Amino acid sequence: MTDAAILVKNVSKKFGDTLVLRDINLEVPRGQVSCLIGPSGSGKSTLLRCMAFLEQATSGTITIEGEPLGFVEGPNGRRLQTAAELRQTRSKIGMVFQQFNLWPHMTALGNVSASLRRVRKLSKAEAEDRAMAQLEKVGLKERAGFYPSQLSGGQQQRVAIARALALDPTIMLFDEPTSALDPELTGEVLNVMRALADEGMTMVVVTHEIGFAASVGNKICFLDHGKLLFHDTPEKVFAAPREPRLEQFLDTYLDRGAIMLR
Amino acid sequence: MSWKLFELLLQASLMTIFVSFISILAGLVIAIVLSAMRMSGNRWLYAGTGMFISFFRGVPLLVQLLLIFNLLPLIGITLPSLATAIIGLSLCTAAYQAENLRGGFEGVPIGLIESAEMAGFSRTQSFFWIRTPIALRMTFPALVNEAILILKASSLVSVVGLVELTKMAQNLSASTYQPLPIFASAGLIYLVINWGVAVVGRRVENALPGLPAK
Ligand SMILES: Nc1ncnc2c1ncn2[C@@H]1O[C@H](COP(=O)(O)OP(=O)(O)OP(=O)(O)O)[C@@H](O)[C@H]1O
Ligand SMILES: [Mg+2]
Repeated sequence: MTDAAILVKNVSKKFGDTLVLRDINLEVPRGQVSCLIGPSGSGKSTLLRCMAFLEQATSGTITIEGEPLGFVEGPNGRRLQTAAELRQTRSKIGMVFQQFNLWPHMTALGNVSASLRRVRKLSKAEAEDRAMAQLEKVGLKERAGFYPSQLSGGQQQRVAIARALALDPTIMLFDEPTSALDPELTGEVLNVMRALADEGMTMVVVTHEIGFAASVGNKICFLDHGKLLFHDTPEKVFAAPREPRLEQFLDTYLDRGAIMLR
Repeated sequence: MSWKLFELLLQASLMTIFVSFISILAGLVIAIVLSAMRMSGNRWLYAGTGMFISFFRGVPLLVQLLLIFNLLPLIGITLPSLATAIIGLSLCTAAYQAENLRGGFEGVPIGLIESAEMAGFSRTQSFFWIRTPIALRMTFPALVNEAILILKASSLVSVVGLVELTKMAQNLSASTYQPLPIFASAGLIYLVINWGVAVVGRRVENALPGLPAK
């Protein structure tokens, strides 16, 4: 039994004929924060989505806490997990999207309590109690009755984090959680994520917030053209002399907090 | 034209409202079921719903009603004309509503469905708790529109023997020889009902939360 929360082994992904991920190998240890950085189109989202089986890798395997994700090993090779099996494996994973993806017809409380009621089958009262506690954690107890359209982007994203936490996942995946936000709203979301990291949540964060990655990430993974060029501690990755590709990439982010790394 | 005649028309309009209202609701439920079947991924169900929708959209309502009215007794089912009328109208509006809903379901952003998937919802749960409410919300104006069309189309159900507003107007005009004021009154009543539906519809629409962003 490995101590990896997520183990990515020889994962490649093709969309049609385009190879988007090339033989990725990556281990995300329990309780650690891995930040995925890289230029646009390098495959960060695709890799993250593979870790949630929202995308199926063309080859290779992904293991979530020792269990193969999306597949079951049998005597005659592997087969796809049934929908119920997949839900079971996925229940360890919470996911936060760039576009928040809150359900517009439900209040903040409704969004967070929905899975507790429909999936966990808790009573309305109990589900809402728990959901309220999650909302409090992200500082939005007062906004419980608001619909997504009545919330700012930062608030919506915090509700989305509370929703992803509702079923007590052990792993949280974030796909550019602050990219759709006005700059002055990124702080509140990053703070919630920082607190989550401090609690020891295993996290994989696709981000362009290099400052956040450098300060919160235990590991920085740099993707370029579908290849994982390297993954290492921020100290090592960001220390000069840097890889030329990373250097070039960081140059484009100097105005976004990476200045501290100069 | 006497007040008494107008009162009879008003009474008959209650039947129009009742039949239309029940048919719209029943049609909505059937339309949701049709949508579920169409999106189930089963090609037989897909083909079946396609045929159902083509038939009920392609054949005039009057012909449908006469078919149902004459077909059911042949297979040993005799229903009161009220039931026959509601069945005919419901099936017809269901086909149209299913087509309206299709646009709604296709407009549900994929991210909302993926977040339901990640929250542990099964396909069925996601369909009922996420996709359907959002699709309904997005197509609500079309639903109001359909309600108005059905209120007007309900004038056809007199062919199965139901006395609603139009049939009552016909009867009264035949017995009183005052077709003009009577049909003018009937028209006015339809107008007022549909105006009411439109106003309430807009109110409800503005009060409903839940349009996806963008
Ligand atoms: N569903 C898809 N079908 C076809 N090609 C896709 C699909 N999804 C992504 N791609 C392609 O795969 C490549 C990697 O995309 P991905 O979204 O993973 O990049 P990214 O690193 O997340 O970029 P960004 O920083 O812009 O979000 C891109 O070239 C993209 O066009
Ligand atoms: Mg991306």
